[in-house]
Amino acid sequence: MKRLFPIFGLLTAVLLSFALYEALVAAPTEQTMGNVQRIFYYHVPSAWTAFLLFFINFICSIQYLVRSNPVADKVTNWTVIAIAIAACIAAFVIRPLPEGIEPSSVATTGLMIAGLYFLIKKYFSRERADALAVVSAEVGVVFCTVVLVTGPLWARPVWGIWWTWDVRLTSTLVLWLIYISYLMLRRFSTSGQTPVLAAALAVFGALDVPLVYFSIWIFRTQHPQPVIGGGGSIDPRMLHVLLINWLAFLCFAGLVCWSRYRLEILQRELEETQALEALLEPRSPR
Amino acid sequence: MSTASAVPSGVTGATLAKDLRLEWRSKDAINSMLFFSLLVVVVFSFSFDPNAEESRQIAGGLVWVAFLFAAVVALNQTWARELRNQVLDAYRVSPAPANSLFLAKALGNFIFVAVLEILMTPLFIMFYKLRALGPAWQLLPVAVLGTWALVVNGTFFAAVSLRTRSREIMLPLLLFPISIPALLAMVNATTAILTGELSAKFWIVLLSTYDVVFTIACLLLFELVLNAE
Repeated sequence: MKRLFPIFGLLTAVLLSFALYEALVAAPTEQTMGNVQRIFYYHVPSAWTAFLLFFINFICSIQYLVRSNPVADKVTNWTVIAIAIAACIAAFVIRPLPEGIEPSSVATTGLMIAGLYFLIKKYFSRERADALAVVSAEVGVVFCTVVLVTGPLWARPVWGIWWTWDVRLTSTLVLWLIYISYLMLRRFSTSGQTPVLAAALAVFGALDVPLVYFSIWIFRTQHPQPVIGGGGSIDPRMLHVLLINWLAFLCFAGLVCWSRYRLEILQRELEETQALEALLEPRSPR
Repeated sequence: MSTASAVPSGVTGATLAKDLRLEWRSKDAINSMLFFSLLVVVVFSFSFDPNAEESRQIAGGLVWVAFLFAAVVALNQTWARELRNQVLDAYRVSPAPANSLFLAKALGNFIFVAVLEILMTPLFIMFYKLRALGPAWQLLPVAVLGTWALVVNGTFFAAVSLRTRSREIMLPLLLFPISIPALLAMVNATTAILTGELSAKFWIVLLSTYDVVFTIACLLLFELVLNAE
């Protein structure tokens, strides 16, 4: 595995530079917004990557909590399987689906949730799942920050305002706030059981996000804003560039997570060894 | 994950009675909460012109922000009080179910904040010349559900922040982001009732959902948090 790291790094570098070329040169210029629109190729992939990382953090936190108890573990396994099956059935049963949602995407999402859950369960022990949770939260916050910075940069020339309390903007901001408080809890905790406390907070945060989205959605539809994106179609060439950029960003996020994960594991091993040495060492004045 | 039942037992009653007696004798929390929200009332009255029209628009947010900040005072001392003489450790080794303790603490905090609200509401009405144009009785469910929303998560996160450095600051940092949907619902419901322009029904439903979801989450996870040392 370790030998793959430089190869993966090289691949990511090549992909990122290709994506940069595609976004700045190859992609067609948008008709009304002009070159400002090109920030979209960084904004959207960062958002998707951040949400994916936060979701990984949620899965790891759940696993850390339930795996200490065999019954809860089994219940969670079956719940995840039930979600996947329900998504597959819902794709065929629910008609009509909300606009812009394909039946296949509903089924795929359900299956991917289950797939991700069981992959993490298979390849990460309970302790390592916690390390992955830290890593994904940290890298996720970085990508989320990129989203929150590039958003206003684009909004100022296009909308004429830096910020609006629109549903997506506000829920992303709240998500960012929740994960900042997660990282602060990790940092300030004096307990030996920090992972339990942090995992509990992560579960609370994940429960909170749909409520935030829903409440702000209603809040803002009662008072409509002039500027809400959504709907509309995208030029296939633009979509192509967007997806290449997303792939590059995913590889980059994976690379950063990988090295940070190795660092975290090494740090924990070091701490354990030091604690062990302190126990074994005969009492002698230093 | 908790296997203990969520059903209140004699432990809940005993702990609740003890907390109420302690508070009745010392009046630490209620006095500081009252004074704090009184200060908020006075200070905010300088930041805008408290005539009847403008108050109606702003009062919803003002009232709940005052109560939220004041509630943190009570929440912070919930568990800190049990650290003296290792009461919490004794509780951990006792066979009493963890959720009984949690329910007792949450109910205790609910009573403190409810008393605060009962005492402060006349002052708010007086100072800001408030009069509801909508159905005023709906303020009662909003107050009950809203207070429980603040208190149930507050009690849980107070237990979490107990194991951190500078725990008094940590509690609001953990509690406020999670409370955003509840706060939004409370503020909007209150404003809707005061101005009488919109219906508050949706917000009350949202607040009930929030309460149910997070009460269940707290009861499921509290035992783990209590035993995390």
